[in-house]
Amino acid sequence: MPKVKIKRKSTAVDMTAMCDVAFLLLTFFMLTSNFIQKEPVVVNTPSSISEIKIPDRNIISILVDGKGKVFFGIDGQENRVQLLTKMGEAYNVAFTPAELKEFSLVNKFGVPINLMKSYLALKSEERDLPQNALGIPCDSLDNQFKNWVSLAKGINKEYRIAIKADQATTYPVIKKLMGSLQEINENRYNLLTSLKTVADYQ
Amino acid sequence: MSEVAAETQVKQKGKTKKMSTRVDFTPMVDLGFLLITFFMLATSMSKPQTMEIAMPSKEKISEEEQTKIKASRAVTILLGKDNKVFYYEGTRENDIDPVLNQTDFSPNGMRQFLIKKNYDIMVKVRELKATKEAKKLSDEQFEKQKMEIISDKKAPIILIKGTDDSNYKNLIDALDEMAICNIGRYAIVDITPFDLELLAKVK
Repeated sequence: MPKVKIKRKSTAVDMTAMCDVAFLLLTFFMLTSNFIQKEPVVVNTPSSISEIKIPDRNIISILVDGKGKVFFGIDGQENRVQLLTKMGEAYNVAFTPAELKEFSLVNKFGVPINLMKSYLALKSEERDLPQNALGIPCDSLDNQFKNWVSLAKGINKEYRIAIKADQATTYPVIKKLMGSLQEINENRYNLLTSLKTVADYQ
Repeated sequence: MSEVAAETQVKQKGKTKKMSTRVDFTPMVDLGFLLITFFMLATSMSKPQTMEIAMPSKEKISEEEQTKIKASRAVTILLGKDNKVFYYEGTRENDIDPVLNQTDFSPNGMRQFLIKKNYDIMVKVRELKATKEAKKLSDEQFEKQKMEIISDKKAPIILIKGTDDSNYKNLIDALDEMAICNIGRYAIVDITPFDLELLAKVK
């Protein structure tokens, strides 16, 4: 007696197409992405109508938080090593190869040069804690900021200066920064802003 | 997975059946979307905007250079406390102080004055923009001609001076107004005792 088989329809869906789509999107994101870079402080930039985009490479980025602390960073790992070596020579601080290696991985930092050694010894999570993010001194007495910029410029002439400052930063801090840059004849630089919508200014 | 399990059962019954070559793709899809999620969260799609400014070099700003600016063309903007803005035209002449006006960075504030001051040039730039939009001009030509218009000899010269009570946002707002009003000649300069004197009178 032949058993009548009712063939049950399988609920399994063919995943091949979905898989194709997923990997297509994945490829797109992988190719177009540039990763968000970790910044030591959160900065709220003011908005402007300017629509010029900043180039990807050869940027000296200067970060100023609302309290006026200055952070500094350049791109290019070899250049970072060169920069710290030169800066160490200028301030009589000798850095070991391990410390130079560690420094080449630091995106932006804000410590006086005499505390750089202990800063590099910290774990990367601890570096951004408020007690460790002191800011680079840029007073007229001890203007390390000016030296960082001029030495970085000496390594690569192509470097452009980009200042990203918080909108609450007081004017004296900005004036001090601009004054320092003026002293080393860096008169062209970029100010990073976020985009203002049309409604904001009409 | 379920398909594979079903097939082994069939085998145990002794019936020979061809092994299916189908592979279950579900885990692979899972993995794919997991990675997509990661990349979407970790990327910054838009680059930040930037304003390019050129500061005067240190040697150039001398007392002489500043007085060279014709008083009739000079407008000084003082950035004050609590987002207030003050402006005056010209400078002290024959012991008569210029009138210090107070305004703000709203569209009806500083901008109205600048538009009035720079009206001819704004009209010319607007016309130029219209010809460009009619596809009669390339971007390069447009930029070149715009530069020619805004560096007109009769255009006002704006001096932006920040007091210690102002903040960075005020400065950017001021620079923004310069861009909106097509002002070609402006400079960020240090505040002078004369300006502080004028401000003190207002307070």
